[in-house]
Amino acid sequence: MKDNFGPKPWHQSNWDFRAALNFIFGGAGAGLLVVAAFSGLAGDALRAEIVLGMALIGAGLISVWFEIGRPLRAINVGFNPFTSWMTRESFAAGAVFALGLSAAWLGNPALAQAAALAALVFAYCQGRMLRAAKGIPAWRVPALAWLNFTTALTEGAGLFVALATLFDTPARGVLAYFSLALIARGLAWSIYRGNVVKSAARPALAALERAGKILIQFGTIAPLALLLVGLFAAEIARIAVLLAGVAALATGWQFKFVLITRAAYNQGFALPHLPVRGTR
Amino acid sequence: MTRWAMVADLRRCVGCQTCTASCRQANATPPGVQWRRVLDMEVGEYPAVKRVFVPVGCMHCEDPPCMHVCPSTATKKRADGIVTIDYDLCIGCSYCAVACPYQARYKTDRASFAYGKPTAAEAQGFDPKRLAVATKCTFCVERIDAGMAKGLTPGVDPEATPACVNACIAQALSFGDSDDPHSNVSQLLTENQTFRMHEELGTGPGFHYIWDKKEEA
Repeated sequence: MKDNFGPKPWHQSNWDFRAALNFIFGGAGAGLLVVAAFSGLAGDALRAEIVLGMALIGAGLISVWFEIGRPLRAINVGFNPFTSWMTRESFAAGAVFALGLSAAWLGNPALAQAAALAALVFAYCQGRMLRAAKGIPAWRVPALAWLNFTTALTEGAGLFVALATLFDTPARGVLAYFSLALIARGLAWSIYRGNVVKSAARPALAALERAGKILIQFGTIAPLALLLVGLFAAEIARIAVLLAGVAALATGWQFKFVLITRAAYNQGFALPHLPVRGTR
Repeated sequence: MTRWAMVADLRRCVGCQTCTASCRQANATPPGVQWRRVLDMEVGEYPAVKRVFVPVGCMHCEDPPCMHVCPSTATKKRADGIVTIDYDLCIGCSYCAVACPYQARYKTDRASFAYGKPTAAEAQGFDPKRLAVATKCTFCVERIDAGMAKGLTPGVDPEATPACVNACIAQALSFGDSDDPHSNVSQLLTENQTFRMHEELGTGPGFHYIWDKKEEA
């Protein structure tokens, strides 16, 4: 491999915790809408979950609105659907709110499912947004789009089951979906990790490694173990599921926080050749 | 077609930062914002140490990631390859800044001046439109357009040439049409060994670095 010369990459300073909150709240809100819409909920319970999901997505968008330089021009975000994943994210968010509000107003499960599909698109767009940021090696890895997507589903499912335990033990089908989401996220992390080591800077990898370890140990293995315990010990099932849900949600959030605010080292500069001066 | 490009001869650059100063003066950029800057690198270990000075800035890429990600269409690429920002459209989301692999973009939220109050030159060049939006090197596009309207040739006639190129004391920076085989930059690219920064990313930078002459056959 040819040596490259140049200053070491440094951390980007353009996106801070406000941008991170968009991914944190947006992903969890989208994931919550998906599981709520397809869980068989109806009536006020469905309404409450839909409103909470939209509130989370809205909180993320408001957070990032505080970061942009010209907030009064925020409408311009919708001008480039042809190539910008940020524009597409904004369109998907619009669809989520339009369909979600209709579903909550009418209490219509079909509309809720349509809102959930829009939420899936929203979560996917968020992953592609990061992937399109070519200046940040830890983000531009294609596998990150899927990690972001699966963690959104997992966080939403975690939040859903945690909330459900406040009233009753969640349905087996929901717990099965939650388990699958946990496994999918764990797999997505291992694929992402295998790819990101090829491009990201050392301090970025160190931050990701720590966050990934937490994601696997406390965000995958521990919740799956708790779900198993809940399966066989009915008397502690609710508390076990509650802890599993909270762990899945919290570890997903910490990972995204680290991804945006700790692992976002830039490309730096690199010279494949040094200038040849004087006689050779 | 025309493809405006810049060539930096790394063998000639002495790191004097005159290009940086002249860019700042010509474009009235605030403190800390250097559309044209020069990296000062030290390579190797004593006693085999080399210093390399590398002018950097917007590379005016063929396939600019900043343009693709821009949600407001503020960032555009002209037919002649110059990547521009419409300050009236930009929302200051900084997505372009994280998409740029060359750290070429800046965002300044508040007006700032070298000595607190603006000097006469700073007051003259101050543009409130540039606050809280993305800014970057424009290849001095106004000079190019105005010069060409007068029938001048960018890269040859100083009035139509980017300020940094005019200011370079070592003639390390050259500017011209890389699609014209007879242009100064095409000649330099033909006669020398060059590279472009982060070529592997596929952005197609319009900024070339000369590092050696071509091997004689």
